[in-house]
Amino acid sequence: MDNQKQNSSLVDNRFPWKHFVGYLLSVVLTLMALWITFSSGFSLSIIFAIIIVLAILQAVLQLLMFMHITERNSKIQTGTMLYAAFIAITIVAGSIWVMSAGHAAH
Amino acid sequence: MKWDQFFITDEPLIVGAGISILLTGLGIIFVLTYLKKWKWLWNEWLTTVDHKKIGIMYILFAILMLFRGGVDALMMRTQLAVPNAHFLDAQHYNEIFTTHGTIMILFMAMPFLIGLINVVIPLQIGARDVAYPYLNAVSFWTFFFGACLFNISFVIGGSPSAGWTSYMPLAGNELSPGPGQNYYLLGLQISGIGTLLTGINFLVTILKMRAKGMTLLRMPMFTWSTLITCVIIIFAFPILTVALALMTFDRLFGSHFFTLASGGMDMLWANLFWLWGHPEVYIVILPAFGMFSEIISTFSRKTLFGYKAMVYSMLVIAGLSFVVWVHHFFTMGSGAAVNSFFSITTMAIGIPTGVKIFNWLFTMYKGKISVTTPMLWSLGFIVNFVIGGVTGVMLAMGAADYQYHNTYFLISHFHYVLIAGTVFGCFAGLHFWYPKMVGYKLNERIGKWCFWIFTIGFNICFFPMYILGLDGMPRRIYTYNASDGWTELNIVATIGAFMMGIGFILLVYNVYYSFRYAKREQTGDAWDGRTLEWSTTSAIPPHYNFAKIPEVTGLDGFWRSKQEKETENVEYKPIHMPSYSGRPFVMSAFLFISGFGLVFEWWAIAILGAIGTLICMVLRSFDYDDGYYVNVEEIQKTESVYKEV
Ligand code: HEM
Ligand SMILES: [Cu+2]
Repeated sequence: MDNQKQNSSLVDNRFPWKHFVGYLLSVVLTLMALWITFSSGFSLSIIFAIIIVLAILQAVLQLLMFMHITERNSKIQTGTMLYAAFIAITIVAGSIWVMSAGHAAH
Repeated sequence: MKWDQFFITDEPLIVGAGISILLTGLGIIFVLTYLKKWKWLWNEWLTTVDHKKIGIMYILFAILMLFRGGVDALMMRTQLAVPNAHFLDAQHYNEIFTTHGTIMILFMAMPFLIGLINVVIPLQIGARDVAYPYLNAVSFWTFFFGACLFNISFVIGGSPSAGWTSYMPLAGNELSPGPGQNYYLLGLQISGIGTLLTGINFLVTILKMRAKGMTLLRMPMFTWSTLITCVIIIFAFPILTVALALMTFDRLFGSHFFTLASGGMDMLWANLFWLWGHPEVYIVILPAFGMFSEIISTFSRKTLFGYKAMVYSMLVIAGLSFVVWVHHFFTMGSGAAVNSFFSITTMAIGIPTGVKIFNWLFTMYKGKISVTTPMLWSLGFIVNFVIGGVTGVMLAMGAADYQYHNTYFLISHFHYVLIAGTVFGCFAGLHFWYPKMVGYKLNERIGKWCFWIFTIGFNICFFPMYILGLDGMPRRIYTYNASDGWTELNIVATIGAFMMGIGFILLVYNVYYSFRYAKREQTGDAWDGRTLEWSTTSAIPPHYNFAKIPEVTGLDGFWRSKQEKETENVEYKPIHMPSYSGRPFVMSAFLFISGFGLVFEWWAIAILGAIGTLICMVLRSFDYDDGYYVNVEEIQKTESVYKEV
């Protein structure tokens, strides 16, 4: 297909360092979270704080390394990012609100 | 685990079903061997990456699942026809409503729609295949094997019985011991991969592979609805994936995300389930909306009324469908603020839905309407779906929902939207695009009989349930007493259910009848259509779809070019096509093995399957097959055959 041909001419044969490093760092961040939770001995609230920071770090890392977030130019790209942010906030903030309000909290 | 726990042997109905499955299986193997069709099956179907064939396999599987889910339904209706019946016991009844719900939504509605999307969308946007044909095969086979894993539960090990919603703590190890619930978790997990990949694949296909001149606002409405469905799939299915994984951890590895003990939150499961679940109901309705739009416009011989309003209302639905989920558990008691908020968002989502209904009506207004079978299903949809929508808005009022919730009123609501919306849509789409798939139409006379029997049966079955619900009959009960006063309406409902069964048989008979007797189509334009899928030179498009990619100058592209009637002599160029591959099939089979191992907590098998899957993925990474070219002579030969006819 014409589209495909165009794409394959764009493919370069260099080693995909970006993906490789991104993957390794993601694994490391995950293992750190596991270690901190199971064996660090910190108090619960500190553990929470640390793993939340680690999670956000990993999200940013993946957006940078895998998700082409630095490529701007298209309207679709911005739209998708905004929509994704909307959904993420809905899921997290919405769940916290729903689960902690009224009788549901007890 | 003993053998008699592995194969269910104490329930005559299940043993009967098991034996008949075995016999059918042996029969199929015998026929394939006898006709020497194994190679054909492998080369033409199991390894295919052609979107049209993948679509047909999806649809066949969906019809099979409609049969299984339908038999479940008739068994439930038989049990409930009279008070204190002993056809099914409580546990068996629970298993049946669980598998019925899960199968109908995930393994019937989804593949039916995805199948039609597969067949139609690339043709409708003037493409030769989807963006990632190999991935498309992976989608189908992971979906297929996930669904098979779920389906074997009732003969091997026992079915899940905690409802299609699988609320905790009921679905936990204490209250649902044994492999049943694990089947639910792993079956859905594996098939969910397929759905997510389909979402990604068609999003890219629609955004990147449209024919020249087809701007976003010139896309046919079915393409638009598929695009928006894909967006919802991509954002909703990961929630299900995570929720299923967490529950799997709870059940298999002793974690406490949703358990009552050790600080788990049981209702967090319900919360996550519906965060996916409500968008899911829109995933299964939007493509149907798109198909109705195409059909109504074609058979009114008019451009769709309010094209932009349709698009915007779907965009609004895509946003709102993610902020209404709590309406499924108002009764959890999150307080007045939460319930009011979600009542209002839920009622708001009725508005764009209503806008679309009016658009269809105005499309027909002053149109030259021809009432064909696909059109009949669409008209039936408009009437019946409105009943479902109106009762939906009744349920949306948080305070009132305390009365309706978990009664037959709710059952009736969602059947009025799912059957009159999704199922009617699938039937309409099947009749409409059937000539595109097999080269001849389904018989119109049988089709109309089927429509009337099914639709009348549907209303006889489900309308009384609104009243039963208001009379206080709860859902998910396996029997009731004569003194409850529900007997008469239940008998009526059961009669309606069997009428729907007859309707289904007529549909299947129609497939056979038309195969034998229908007139074969001579052109690609069976219904005097408006969009590009009807512009192919032959009734069944060649594997490369278009010898020359069409150009589009406006909405209803094919209709316009028919008006202009220019026939130029085309010069063919070689066409690049993807190669077939058996790896998606093999990889998904390994996933099945792995899932089966996890269901029974047989770790060695689970790990073996996982390794097999990984090997397939590694092999794929080193696969340098870039496809092949169909050369000009071959194209000329194929095309000239059609020209002569
Ligand atoms: C006008 C739009 C709609 C509104 C306002 C609406 C509202 C609701 C509400 C409030 C409930 C929960 C009631 C309860 O549990 O007590 C519900 C349940 C349900 N709705 Fe809708 N709905 C709408 C359209 C749809 C559509 C289009 C579908 C699917 C095609 C659908 C499928 C379902 C299903 C499957 C359930 C029940 C799930 C279960 O508990 O097992 N609804 N609806
Ligand atoms: Cu809902």
